[in-house]
Amino acid sequence: MAKEYKTLMTEIRLPYELSYGPVWTRFFEGMAEKKLYGTKCEKCGRILVPARSFCPRCFVDTTEWVEVAQQGTLTAWSYVNYRYFGMPTEPPFIGALIRLDGTDVDFLHLMGGIDLNDFEQVRKVVKNGMKVRAVWKEERQGHILDIRYFEPI
Amino acid sequence: MGRPVAIIGVGQTKHGRRTEISYPDLVREAVVRVFEDTRLTPADIDGVVSGTMPSMMEGIALTHFYFADAMQAAGKPILKTETCGSTGISIAHTAYYWIASGMADLILAVGHEKMNEGNSQATMTTVVEPFYQRYFIAGAPGVFSMQSQMWAARYGIPEEKIRDAAAYISVAHHDDAFDNPYAHVKLRVTMDDVKNSRLITYPVRLLDVCPNSDGACAVIFASAEMARKLGRKAAWVKGVGYRGEEYFFGDSDKGVWQSAVQAAKQAYDQAGIRDPRKELDVAEVYNPFTFQEMLFYECFGFCGLGEAPDLVLKGVFARNGELPCDPSGGTLCTNPIGATGLIRTAEAALQVTGRAGDHQIPGAKLALCHAMGGVDQFNGVMILGAEP
Ligand SMILES: [Zn+2]
Repeated sequence: MAKEYKTLMTEIRLPYELSYGPVWTRFFEGMAEKKLYGTKCEKCGRILVPARSFCPRCFVDTTEWVEVAQQGTLTAWSYVNYRYFGMPTEPPFIGALIRLDGTDVDFLHLMGGIDLNDFEQVRKVVKNGMKVRAVWKEERQGHILDIRYFEPI
Repeated sequence: MGRPVAIIGVGQTKHGRRTEISYPDLVREAVVRVFEDTRLTPADIDGVVSGTMPSMMEGIALTHFYFADAMQAAGKPILKTETCGSTGISIAHTAYYWIASGMADLILAVGHEKMNEGNSQATMTTVVEPFYQRYFIAGAPGVFSMQSQMWAARYGIPEEKIRDAAAYISVAHHDDAFDNPYAHVKLRVTMDDVKNSRLITYPVRLLDVCPNSDGACAVIFASAEMARKLGRKAAWVKGVGYRGEEYFFGDSDKGVWQSAVQAAKQAYDQAGIRDPRKELDVAEVYNPFTFQEMLFYECFGFCGLGEAPDLVLKGVFARNGELPCDPSGGTLCTNPIGATGLIRTAEAALQVTGRAGDHQIPGAKLALCHAMGGVDQFNGVMILGAEP
């Protein structure tokens, strides 16, 4: 049998304090009030959600705030059925890209409101192109998880 | 394109679970092999470029310093290139730029990762946007599965067909890996094994996913003058392309992945390639996920949009097919991430110099190698040829 060699167990723990800045602060204040805000780029006309301080394509400041729809169309999804260290969301869950009505980018969040324990059932219900709407938490704190998930309409 | 650039030698470790060796010694294993392969010594080298995943993977920051001795970089200029999954191809590009610019004649490029020392998906999660997106991505499998799923739905590819095609790819690459002495996973699997393996992130199952590998790869790039002086059989860089997209996942279309399309186009334009499926003899596509591999075939112009599953099932991209893809077994069977893109380059170089051994594609003269990185954000391509 091959010799076993020693390993060193070590760990790095570092706290970080990330600044929201004015635009993202306003977006999350909106979430606390059950509202979703985007910003419009004057140059390309796209409505970006979550709101951005500048258009990543045109590199100009966004100026106009728009309250966007809380329902939209499922454009991509994946049923997540594995776990790893420090995973921020408990599996099983469905990561989903949603094109909120009237906006021009996909919004990433969760699909829910259905039984997630049986994947074969999930596959029968969840379809690209289906209409979905936001379900809010009762207690909100200005956080992306103030929306519990998007559920089928 | 700058000055002509050649690859004159490669060295790989045996990839796998290498808990028996320290990380610096693993890096040195690849470096020693590239010097044996080229009969050069560290004193001949003008500069060193290396790279890994984000340092959270290693638990040691600035890994090019950690491995400076193993790469014999003291007394030389040293660079680190780090672009997540595409790190390895970015290292190759950096070495290429360095020599093409005329600033060096011999560059040592080294990619390395010890995936089993840290946690790959926890590391991947730190790449994701922290305010809005980190909760929903589920590491690399989550994001690339969503992309594959979007692509399949876009072209209305029946679930059974795409599932069969992905299983076909898995079986083929697992078989291929037996002919690659450095490959990590060596496992005979059947289509049914793949289709019945554990669901990871729908539609991806366990046998559709690459392993966590420990390994390193070293490649020496040379100017044309140096390659001729040394009299080495060389692989010549015919084109390089690299493109990215916006950071937010959802800001750009992943169903037809423009960074992959444009990176390939840039490299093809430089290499004068018009019909890649006909002109290329072999491709080493970065394929950590079977489903995503098909999307790359389309983005690289190997076939039309939505056509890949049909052609896969006809064997077009198999070892004896029209355009063999990943005869090494690819990323699917071996993925020490910081090395993986450079392994694609090394394998392409071995192919066009006729040195790929049991997985040699007979008569290969023109090869594509590729890697992608970030949260579906960046793609890099390099074309290698047998002639300058
Ligand atoms: Zn714009």
